[in-house]
Amino acid sequence: MTHASPDASLERAAWDVLRSVEDPELPIAITDLGLVRDVYVDDHGRIRVRLVPTWTACPALAVIRGRIRDGLRAIPGAGDVSVEYTYDEPWTLERMTAKGREQLAAHGLAVPACRFAEAPVCPYCGSRDVAMESLFGPTLCRSTYVCRRCRNPFERFKPPAER
Amino acid sequence: MTVPAPSSTITDPTVRAAFQEWLVRIADDELAIGHRHSEWTGVGPDIESDVAMSSIAQEELGHARLFYEQLSGEESGGADRLAFGRRPEEFRNAVLLEQPNQGWEFSIVRLVLYEAYETLRLGLLAQCGQEPVAGLAATLGREERYHGLFGATWLERLARPPADARARVQAALDAAWPYALGFFETTDADGVLLRAGLLPDPAERQLDAWEAAVRPLLERCALAPPAGRPCLGGRRGIHTPALTEMHAAMTEVWASDPEARW
Repeated sequence: MTHASPDASLERAAWDVLRSVEDPELPIAITDLGLVRDVYVDDHGRIRVRLVPTWTACPALAVIRGRIRDGLRAIPGAGDVSVEYTYDEPWTLERMTAKGREQLAAHGLAVPACRFAEAPVCPYCGSRDVAMESLFGPTLCRSTYVCRRCRNPFERFKPPAER
Repeated sequence: MTVPAPSSTITDPTVRAAFQEWLVRIADDELAIGHRHSEWTGVGPDIESDVAMSSIAQEELGHARLFYEQLSGEESGGADRLAFGRRPEEFRNAVLLEQPNQGWEFSIVRLVLYEAYETLRLGLLAQCGQEPVAGLAATLGREERYHGLFGATWLERLARPPADARARVQAALDAAWPYALGFFETTDADGVLLRAGLLPDPAERQLDAWEAAVRPLLERCALAPPAGRPCLGGRRGIHTPALTEMHAAMTEVWASDPEARW
């Protein structure tokens, strides 16, 4: 009979914590948003999590980090915990999961498929006949639009622009 | 446990000081423009522009914080101390960015000129080879794109006929341009960074690239930059009275209790 090594079970527990943390400004888990870059667990139970921010000035970043820290520290057997944001790779739309996209759409938030400049699709009626109202919306990661067909205002998830 | 390599460090103290001076300029620029933009919150010309300018302010202040954190390291409260605990003459921001808003057209002209410069500068910083600063610069460059789009849209709107509207925008450009040339003011640090290979382009080439970036938009708007000498000083800590006034407002809360944790 084999036993999982302690760091393997700690790592699983760490991922469980990460999957339970939501972005306070978007109704999805940070794992579906693609914020988690990697998780390291060593033999002493130290857990190190590195995150990729969507928008670096987002006030939710500190909240998210705090919630992750609290969750990780509560894992039995966890040693020192460090949670940091890294910039060695940019956050891109590919990091978001299909589930995350569906959840945002269910909340009336359109998500571009891959590029920031592509025309959005109305999340209510599917029309592409939409007009932008403002590049800057209620949070740093949202723009506001109105659908010309169904007349609904809607928001669009705003990714940082590609280079 | 595989831990990523630590960030590279500069061993030569002169080069390190020059690199830090560069980061202080960037952070101070972002803090100053972020503060001035934030003064439009609640009084923008329409709700969308109010939200936009406030969002841009929030981002510039956030970027300032990230650069102050690079400078202060792990020190608790270090970023706030750099932002709010220094005297006005210790700031290295370009003088344009501390000027009062005056009117919406001035703020838009300033935003356009600054965003073009910032895009250029972040591109240079992304090539400096020093991590995590280079990665941070690349990341911030992607965010700034939206600021430039907002500024260009507004400038074209403002510069449309009737002629007196364009005359007001031209007057704002006449006022802002000599100060904007101060973005490119150099100190000994620039030579050190160039020789050390951290900064790829000298100031003259940066200025040419910046002019090439802003001129097409200005021409589309039938605006022309004025002739005249640059207004310098900011990169050496020589500022206008506008900074003293702004500094007093900006630091008031922090100075009331520097040890407080927010």
